[in-house]
Amino acid sequence: MFSSGIDAVVPMLCVTLAALAVMGAEAFRARGEQLPLGGLGVVGLVGAAISAVLLWNRNAVSFGVVVADNFGLFVTLVLLLVALLTIMFSSTVVRRDGLPAGEYYALVLFATAGMIMMATANDLLVVFIALEILSIAVYVLTGIRRDDSRAIEAAFKYFLLGAFSSAFFLYGIAFTYGLAGSTRLDRVGTYMAAQSMSGNPLILVALGLLLVGFAFKISAVPFHMWTPDAYEGAPAVVTGFMSTGVKAAAFAAFARVFLSVFEPFSGEWAPLVWLLAAATMILGTVVGVAQSNLKRMLAYSSIAHGGYLLVGLVAANQVGKAAILFYLLAYAVTNLAAFGVIALLGTREAANDELRDYAGLWHTRPALAALMTVCLLSLGGLPPTAGFIGKWYIFSAAVSAGYYGLAVIGVLTSVVSVFFYLRVVVMMYMTDRPAAIAPPPVSAVAMAALVASIAAIIALGILPTPVLDFAAQSIATIF
Amino acid sequence: MLALIPLFPLLGFLVNAALGRRLRKTASGGLACAVMVASFVVAMLSVGELAGMAEGARVIEQTVYTWIASGDVVLDLTFRLDPLAAVMILVVTGIGALIHIYSTAYMHEETDGEYARYFSYLNLFAAFMLVLVLGGNFLVLFVGWEGVGLCSYLLIGFWFTKTSAADAGKKAFVVNRIGDYAFVLGMLFLLVRFGTLDFQRLASVVAALPPEAGAFGAISVATLLLFIGATGKSAQIPLYTWLPDAMEGPTPVSALIHAATMVTAGVYMIGRNAVLFSHAPGTLLIVAIVGAVTALMAGTIGLVQNDIKRVLAYSTVSQLGLMFLAMGMGAFGAGIFHLYTHAFFKALLFLGSGAVIHALHGEQDIRRMGGLKRLLPVTYWTFLIGSLAIAGVPFLSGFFSKDEILYETFAAGHWILWTVAAVTSLLTATYMFRLVCLTFHGERREASSPAPSHAAASHLHDAPPAMALALVVLAVGSALAGYAGVPHALGGTNPLGAWLAPSFRAPGANPVAELAEGSGAAGLELTLMAVSSAIAIGGIALAATVWLRRRQLADAVAARVPGLYRLLLNKYYVDELYDAAVVTPIRVGSAEGLWRGVDVAVIDGAVNGTASLVAAGSGALRRIQTGSVRAYAGSMFIGVVVILGYYLWR
Amino acid sequence: MDGWLGVIIMIALGVGFAAVMIGLSLLLGPHNPTPEKLAPYECGMPAVGSARERHSVKFYLVAMIFLLFDIEVAFLYPWAVALRDLGWAGFVQLVTFFLILSVGYVYVWRKGVLDWGPAARAGRHAARRAA
Repeated sequence: MFSSGIDAVVPMLCVTLAALAVMGAEAFRARGEQLPLGGLGVVGLVGAAISAVLLWNRNAVSFGVVVADNFGLFVTLVLLLVALLTIMFSSTVVRRDGLPAGEYYALVLFATAGMIMMATANDLLVVFIALEILSIAVYVLTGIRRDDSRAIEAAFKYFLLGAFSSAFFLYGIAFTYGLAGSTRLDRVGTYMAAQSMSGNPLILVALGLLLVGFAFKISAVPFHMWTPDAYEGAPAVVTGFMSTGVKAAAFAAFARVFLSVFEPFSGEWAPLVWLLAAATMILGTVVGVAQSNLKRMLAYSSIAHGGYLLVGLVAANQVGKAAILFYLLAYAVTNLAAFGVIALLGTREAANDELRDYAGLWHTRPALAALMTVCLLSLGGLPPTAGFIGKWYIFSAAVSAGYYGLAVIGVLTSVVSVFFYLRVVVMMYMTDRPAAIAPPPVSAVAMAALVASIAAIIALGILPTPVLDFAAQSIATIF
Repeated sequence: MLALIPLFPLLGFLVNAALGRRLRKTASGGLACAVMVASFVVAMLSVGELAGMAEGARVIEQTVYTWIASGDVVLDLTFRLDPLAAVMILVVTGIGALIHIYSTAYMHEETDGEYARYFSYLNLFAAFMLVLVLGGNFLVLFVGWEGVGLCSYLLIGFWFTKTSAADAGKKAFVVNRIGDYAFVLGMLFLLVRFGTLDFQRLASVVAALPPEAGAFGAISVATLLLFIGATGKSAQIPLYTWLPDAMEGPTPVSALIHAATMVTAGVYMIGRNAVLFSHAPGTLLIVAIVGAVTALMAGTIGLVQNDIKRVLAYSTVSQLGLMFLAMGMGAFGAGIFHLYTHAFFKALLFLGSGAVIHALHGEQDIRRMGGLKRLLPVTYWTFLIGSLAIAGVPFLSGFFSKDEILYETFAAGHWILWTVAAVTSLLTATYMFRLVCLTFHGERREASSPAPSHAAASHLHDAPPAMALALVVLAVGSALAGYAGVPHALGGTNPLGAWLAPSFRAPGANPVAELAEGSGAAGLELTLMAVSSAIAIGGIALAATVWLRRRQLADAVAARVPGLYRLLLNKYYVDELYDAAVVTPIRVGSAEGLWRGVDVAVIDGAVNGTASLVAAGSGALRRIQTGSVRAYAGSMFIGVVVILGYYLWR
Repeated sequence: MDGWLGVIIMIALGVGFAAVMIGLSLLLGPHNPTPEKLAPYECGMPAVGSARERHSVKFYLVAMIFLLFDIEVAFLYPWAVALRDLGWAGFVQLVTFFLILSVGYVYVWRKGVLDWGPAARAGRHAARRAA
């Protein structure tokens, strides 16, 4: 078992090595010397992506606890894309805000490694370790602007509550181990399949505790309380990174654990996840309407999007599972680009993330305003964007699985949510710029990343079939 | 080739949106018009090709590619041209092109950037509208449906410096979202029930089922949801309130979007799914009643409004109501016929009112107009033709189409609805000629306006050439468009009805022998025609008497029934009612309830503390943070307890 | 249920014993507190200031880094016990683990976390100002 190859961990290794290289370079960097640390990270990410593509369809297993099945690899590729775009947006921000470059990029890469590990983990303990690797990196990233009391506050809250939720998760793992005698997902799955009729309450306790752990990471109501604070306090690029990457990784593990291992108990958890999904969609949307800070608004929006993903999980049919993957990709690209625009509009002194700061943006930065509009329309699920296809897919999965209530709530909340996305559009196009706030120039790299994301959003909306097929194939390998 | 029709305006949009700020007005406006004309030419060629095909097999279909394939549900990006879509694309591209040309003059005072922005929106609207009309399945139609809504929203709020314009845009958007919500649910419902969203396949599947008479089954529910969507887009009760406010947009926009094309999308959608709706008699009756009531209600409101565009807006709502009445009667051909003639004369009337407003430098209150007949001859004569047409004066276009609706309603035995429609016709003739009299006849009353420079009559100029061209072409259309559907009773052959008929049948189904019935009841039809002609002329005479000869009479009547007058002037207080019953509770609920109650108390307490905490130093920081984190952790803990409790004590 | 009975009795006994002890001392003990009695650590020295004194952040940094590298040794021990069973694969894995940690060590060292005391810090500040 231990002598099996290391193939499955190669993507993770690539990212880790890049992170180590960045750390080493930072350690030996002369004071004031500019190093292309971001470029170093990109090299690692590209290497990881190539290895992930090469692993496709091979179902490699390493050490018995990491599996590079197509599901995991799909999510891995999404995560690598998230990291790549984040690094591209970051170059401007790191220089502008005077962030410690080496630490920043190293943490982003370590977090990415943790996310990849989480997406490909085949053992509850490995899931836990991955969760901690990514969480600790993200806690630090949240507070990386040490001179900003908001960021510190956000990081501290995030850390405390994250630790709290990790305890529940670990407790759930302990229960599972106590019951099944193993933390390996395949063995736990065998045990659960055999016990599906027993009605042992301890299984339900384990299930409930694991659910809490995952629900925290995907910020499902009522475990969402940290999200608005953390998202608002963190630098916008980091917010984009964690609202997409962490969510994608957590969802991958969530889906893997609940749709395979605890599948025999879906009658037990589906009603609960139903409730979580409904509450998450409703609260995220309704509270989002009342926000005046764009980052906070998008924080609530990302809570709501977590709810839509939960709908796919509840539906749990073939369409629903593929829908989760597609939605993850669509949401990741869209949300990241939106936060990218926010990040690029900030200055060192002012974050410029209040809604009124976007007044008349069309007059001063037409390109950014247009790109932001596409992002917001996609988040709102208007055709023909990636967000529309994702939502359509999720809701049709819910309806065909017979969850009419969820579909009704989902459509209603997405209809309402357009209202607050459009508010930003109105601000940008239909308001005069009050004072001549000169937005900072945008670097070519960041602009390229933005344009690429927007192209992806529109391409996913107009030509979704290849990616949908891809998602359907990758889901077919495990469930 | 079909894909080219929406592609041309889309190209115009892309160029104008990307480069517009650097283009001169002639370039951006010219481009926008050119793409519309190109689109019109392609549409003509396509329709020509369609007409050359055998009757009953007239379908041109182009599947661009498979859009979404999930499981066994395959949704293609399909454009399909059939007789119904053919009528619509000609209206959209033809009238659309005219309105683009008109706009080049109307919007000339805007800066280059704003001018290009206007035309980019207008082109984008046309592209989406054509997608809506040509879409071969519900999802493609929905793309257009959402897209035109978005453009309408942007165009209503185009003059965003006016608060009322921004508010009107927002209102249109919110109200339409309610409709869209029902529409999406209806689509999902159909998809699950029938496994397809393709119009033709849906029609084939449904045609095999018995109509849901008596029972209110799946088809009825789905069609009712779709109809709620249509009430939003087509401004019917209860979602009509946005349309009058939408008049805050530039007048050509009102003509194109809020009269000729977008607002008819709901009628078109029902026509598109005629088979589906025919199988839900319950829904159809609701459609008819809603249409009739809306027609009457909007007509009465239109009678007392003083803003020239608002009168026309309520008239649009009213005429749309008549179209829905026809649809609800199952007379799909009559409804689409009226849609088609209405597009001409209502666009003409709006453009004419735009010419008046343009000449008077933004004056919209008809109480401050009058006597413009001699000063604006082109505008006057074209406006008059439009008014005669909409009033239903014999042998103009509105006469034929409105008569068909009235006849079908009567023939179906719904004499109450027929009476409502007849009263609406009377109201239509009356308020239209009230408008004509107050605007163009009598003596000038503008001198009372506070700006003296505008008072000089010599300052007024009639429509510039670009505007006059559009007016004249539309006037000819308003006069003659009806001859496409001269009924059998008048010795015509109703070619439009025959042309459209295959679109309302399931593909491959045999034509039902209903045309014969029409000729059998020619006597009845002629009688009804005489009645409605009398109504039209009576209405015009009434308006001329009251508002031209004896103006004091109108005031006297208003003074006699002050309650009724105020009720009408305030539009039955529906806005106020919605505000009190829906808007306020939601706003309070969102801002005060969930947000303030749950999240602000707990979360924002900490964030708002941030500002003070910087000042108060680390001591305060620690206190505030521990306090709120405890609350967060408490919320999580309660969640855990609930989840575990659920499992352990079920 | 049988197997759990002992556990339950054990828990009951444990809780019960503590409760009885605290309750008895509350009931039977005399209550006449004086300021001297309430002061912490009655050992002759008067309490001065708060006990929650601020420590230098260096203290925590070094403590944390110590903890991290201490764990390293904890991993070393089980490997040493199973050295022969794990063979070369185990050796490679452990060396990888060490290499990763040593990058961290180098980083920490270069970043000056291990520089203790004002002299070193002053020197670094001077260098920063010069740069």
